[in-house]
Order: sequence, then C-alpha cells, then structure tokens
Amino acid sequence: MISEKKRDIYAGALVVLLGIGTALIGQRYQVGTLTKMGPGYFPVALGFLLTFLGCLIGVAALAGKSVVETSGGAHHGGFAEKFDWRGWVCIVGSVVAFMVLAEFVGLLAATFCCVFIACWGDKTANVKSSFLLAAGITFFGVLLFSYVLHVQIPIVRGL
Amino acid sequence: MSDLLANLYLGFGVALSLKNLGLCFVGCMVGTLIGVLPGVGPIATIAMLLPITFGIDPTGALIMLAGIYYGAQYGGSTTSILVNIPGEATSVVTCLDGHQMARQGRAGVALGIAAIGSFFAGCVSTIFIAAIGVPLSKVAQLFGPAEYFSLMVMGLVFATVLARGSVLKAICMILLGLLFATVGTDLVTGQERLTLGIQDLSDGIDFAPMAMGMFGFAEIIKNLENVETRDVVQQKIGRLMPNLEEYKQSAWPIIRGTVVGGILGILPGNGAVLGPFASYTLEKKLAKDPSRFGKGAIEGVAGPESANNAGAQTAFIPLLTLGIPPNAVMALMVGAMTIHGIVPGPQVMTKNPELFWGMVASMWVGNAMLVIINLPLIGMWVSLLKVPYRLMFPAIGIFCCIGIYSINNSVNDVVSTAAFSIFGYALVKFGFEPAPMLLGFVLGKLMEEKLRQAMILSRGSFMTFVERPLSAALLAVALIMLIVAVLPSIRAKRDVVFVED
Repeated sequence: MISEKKRDIYAGALVVLLGIGTALIGQRYQVGTLTKMGPGYFPVALGFLLTFLGCLIGVAALAGKSVVETSGGAHHGGFAEKFDWRGWVCIVGSVVAFMVLAEFVGLLAATFCCVFIACWGDKTANVKSSFLLAAGITFFGVLLFSYVLHVQIPIVRGL
Repeated sequence: MSDLLANLYLGFGVALSLKNLGLCFVGCMVGTLIGVLPGVGPIATIAMLLPITFGIDPTGALIMLAGIYYGAQYGGSTTSILVNIPGEATSVVTCLDGHQMARQGRAGVALGIAAIGSFFAGCVSTIFIAAIGVPLSKVAQLFGPAEYFSLMVMGLVFATVLARGSVLKAICMILLGLLFATVGTDLVTGQERLTLGIQDLSDGIDFAPMAMGMFGFAEIIKNLENVETRDVVQQKIGRLMPNLEEYKQSAWPIIRGTVVGGILGILPGNGAVLGPFASYTLEKKLAKDPSRFGKGAIEGVAGPESANNAGAQTAFIPLLTLGIPPNAVMALMVGAMTIHGIVPGPQVMTKNPELFWGMVASMWVGNAMLVIINLPLIGMWVSLLKVPYRLMFPAIGIFCCIGIYSINNSVNDVVSTAAFSIFGYALVKFGFEPAPMLLGFVLGKLMEEKLRQAMILSRGSFMTFVERPLSAALLAVALIMLIVAVLPSIRAKRDVVFVED
C-alpha cells in the first residue's frame, strides 16, 4: 500500500537521482563553451534540469498540495495502491526464459517455456490449461515462424 | 492545382501497386486484429508490430505501418462500441453513445456510421494533406537552427500540456527521453557518452526494443493487473447500413467533426486527442434535444469518430513537412523511418517523392480498405472479443519476443526489451505517463544538433532564440500554453477531458 503522496516523493527522488547521476557522469566529457558546445553540454544541462524538476515534484508532494497532480490521481488512482508482482514477474520471466532458451536450446523449447511461464501471470492459471495453451501456441508458432517466415532461430539447436 | 493532381497521380501509382496494396491490406488487418483487443491502443499496437515491417523496403514499410495505425484506431472504435473499453483517449467519447446504441441493438448502425464517417474524414484529410504539404514544407525551409529548436520546444511543451496526469511529471518524461537520445556516440566529436561502459550502447539506445518494452510489454502487464470486467454486447449486431433518417442526422456532424478534428490534429503536441471531445461537445450544443446524448444518439458517434480519424491523419502533417512528430504514434513512425535510413523532414518530399506521395495516397487506400474489410468481418471481431485475455496475452508475448529477436537475430535486443519493460512498468507505478518520453527520445538528437548549430551561429548567445522573430513567436506560444496549463481553472477542464471512462 503506497499512498499517492509517498509515491510522488519516491518519484521525485528517483528523478533527482537520475539527474544527479547524469550530471556527474556528464562531467567526464568535455562540456565546452556556449559557442562551442562539447559532447558533455547537453547531458549535463539535462541532468541539472531533471534534478531541479525532481526536487519540485518532491516538494509539491510534501506540501500536500495538488500543485503537480492534476488528473494523475484519476488515471492512476487504483494503480498506486496495488502492487501486483504476479503479472510482472511472469511476463519478465517469460521474456528471460525465451532469451536463454532461444540462445542455447532452440525455438521449440523457447516458445513453449515462454508461453507456459507467461500463463501464470493470470490469477486463474492452472497446470493443465497452461500446458495446453503453451503446446498449441508452440505448434502454430513454430509452423508460422520457422516454415513460413523463416525466423533465424533453429527449432532445436545442435541438430 | 495541376501539380497537386500530378503528385497524387504519382502517389496512387505507388500505393496501388500490387505489393503495396498487399502490405496496406496486411497492415490494416493485423492492426485491427491487435487494436480490437480491449485496452490495447494504437501506441502499443504499433510498438508490438514494428519488427514485422523491418524486412520491407522503406515505402512499403511505412505504408504498412500507416495501415496498422488506422487499423488499430478502427479496432479501438469497435471495442469502444461493443465492449465499452476504450483503447486510448480518443475513443473514450465513442463509448458514451456508441455503447448505448449497441445495448439498444443498434451496434451495427453505430459501427456502420463510424466507418462511413471515418472514411469521409479520411478522404477529406488526404486531400488536405496533399494540398498543404508542399507550401508547408517550403515554410520549413526558411527555418534556421534557432527556429527549429524553438519549434521543437513548442511541440514538446504542447505534448506535456496535453498529456494525461501531472504536467511536471510529463516534462520529466520528455527530458528523460532527450537524455536517452544522447546515449551513444556524440555526432560532432565521436566521443562515447553515457554508455556506462556497455559496448552495445555505443550506437545509442535502439528504438524498437525500447518501444516494445515500454509500451508493448508494459501494456500486457498493466492489463493483467486490472481485473477484467468485459461487457461484450449480447444483443444482435443488427443491420450495418444506416437508413436515410440516420444518414440525415449524421451528415452534418460528420462534416463538422472532420473539420474540427482535422484542424486540431495539425497542432503540435497531441492535438488530435482533443478532436473527438471538441466534436462531441459541439454536437451536444448544437442539438435540438441535448438530453438524447449519452443515451445512444447517432450524432454522438458520427461526429467524434470522424474527428478522430481526421485528426489521426492530419497528425501526419507536422511529421511529413517539418520532421517533427506531434504525438507518440508519430514518434514511432519517426523511429521506423530512421531505422529505414530516412530522416523525416521537408527534404523527404523532394528527395523521396514516391515515398511521400505514395504514403499520402495509401492513407486514402487504407481508409477505403478498412471500410471494405471491417464491416463484413464484424462477426469475426465480435468473436475475437469473446476470447478471454488469459488465452491472448501469452501468444502476444511470444510473438513480441520472436519479433524483437528477428530484428538483428540477437538476444541482446530481447535483453534490452526486458529491461525497458521493467523500467516502463516502474515509471507507471510512480505515476509517470511514458508516452511523452518517446517524443523526447526521437527528437533528442535533432534538438541537440540544432541547439549546437544555433549557438555557433549566434556566437554563444542564448538571445538568438528571442531576437529572431519567428523563434520568439514559437517560444511565446509555448510559454503561454504552459502558463495556461497550470492555471487552476483550465486545469479543472483538462482533468475532465482526460478522466477515463
């Protein structure tokens, strides 16, 4: 449970962090003069701007006034409160699984595992339905991608 | 006038070639297919489908992408009418009366008039684009670096003002986009910047994985969170063609909607988003019996849908003539053009006339195609809407993965997609709207370049931006917009416009 106020304070902090980080890294490159701007000028300028804006967001949130918040509340309202890790972990996990398996094992395994893991992002998922869906999509996916579109991933590597 | 006809002739010659017709058709179909999924708007659709256009020649790819865009828009309207879930801000208004019509068993007529209105708006705006394109690109050639820089600043300010949620956060997103654009090799000195020592970043951040991660995957995750309550219309779709009475009622709303939407669509920033709202308000004001609105008035579908489509199309004008994308969808188009080695701007018209006019002509072709393929296929979209999301999203996910992989045949892109989906999701959690970031990202390189040039020309004086009249005017407009946006009274109105559902 994160309140809108806390969320905005964190958001401001995140932006400040990004800004300071950029400004610091940017110092390593030549900033140059106004007439002859170096590679560092634009990033450093952006870094400072971001830091400033981040502070503004944080301060406005602390003040508790809706100086920054317009319709954000209406739009993201229900969003800030629930932090649902399930969908997130499963989707990112499925992408990672695809990546690893496509690189080392092949398209067949990659597709199957990617779909199977992704399925669990839905709260009503069970083994049987996930298995069936994964098998179905793998069958048609391999047909489509390997035989029709000729995607450059071997169905099974090392064969 | 004869120039215009000659240009259109050239364009139709390109757009009506068998291959391009095919690409336009496939684009419209796939675009509708993804766009019809509840909650998936045009940005997510284009981001997901970006990789399939990479193997095609630039003209064909852009025609296909434009087709995907119209298809997604169109699919969004279908979903709004039948399920009452708008895919994006511009189809929110269609829900109001469209869904009511559907509940009364007049879904077919609502879909029909939406298609006819959109088609009419599409025809008018295609001619408009063709007519205004040449003069506007001449104006663009008068622009020096300072004017260009100011124009981009104005565009970005408009985008923040018209973005949903906090103005401050939208500005942060734009700056972040600009920052991401600076990652990689500096154009002037060749020095590597902000790469954090990662070899793959020396060429800069790739557009496709970023778009796919932040919009495609983030969208999937977002939809998984929202518990679905789908209200698919159970009534019969009914006849598709409106009768004479309904035509009479809709004729003027369609014409007015086209004009309103078309004009708003040209505005930098996401002007097109206001079109449907403006049109709906206008029709309600002009109506003899305003109380009918919200209860299935056909004018409430005809006007906003025409405005929607007109705006969607005239939004191409700033992109094609000035090289400045007015909204996130157009930013995706810029990304696609850049990947194909085309720098958007006034020079496209003279250097690649086939591409420019072919694309303009394909807009008309795409619109005609949508009417032809969509009305008879409406049954198919309805059954698609009944497929539960839990069966859909794993399939979309795997297609995205394979698509991203196949761009460069490397897993590196998949890695960055995963990273960007985490980042995009985090941004949404912190209440940031990621769309403006995309705009900043595609404009970043150009903006830095123009700033540097302007500074060299002015010998390091920032005054150049206010001393040059055109540049000063553009900045003044931007400043006024920004002030207006933070004024409380206007803000209240803006909130009304962007409140969803």
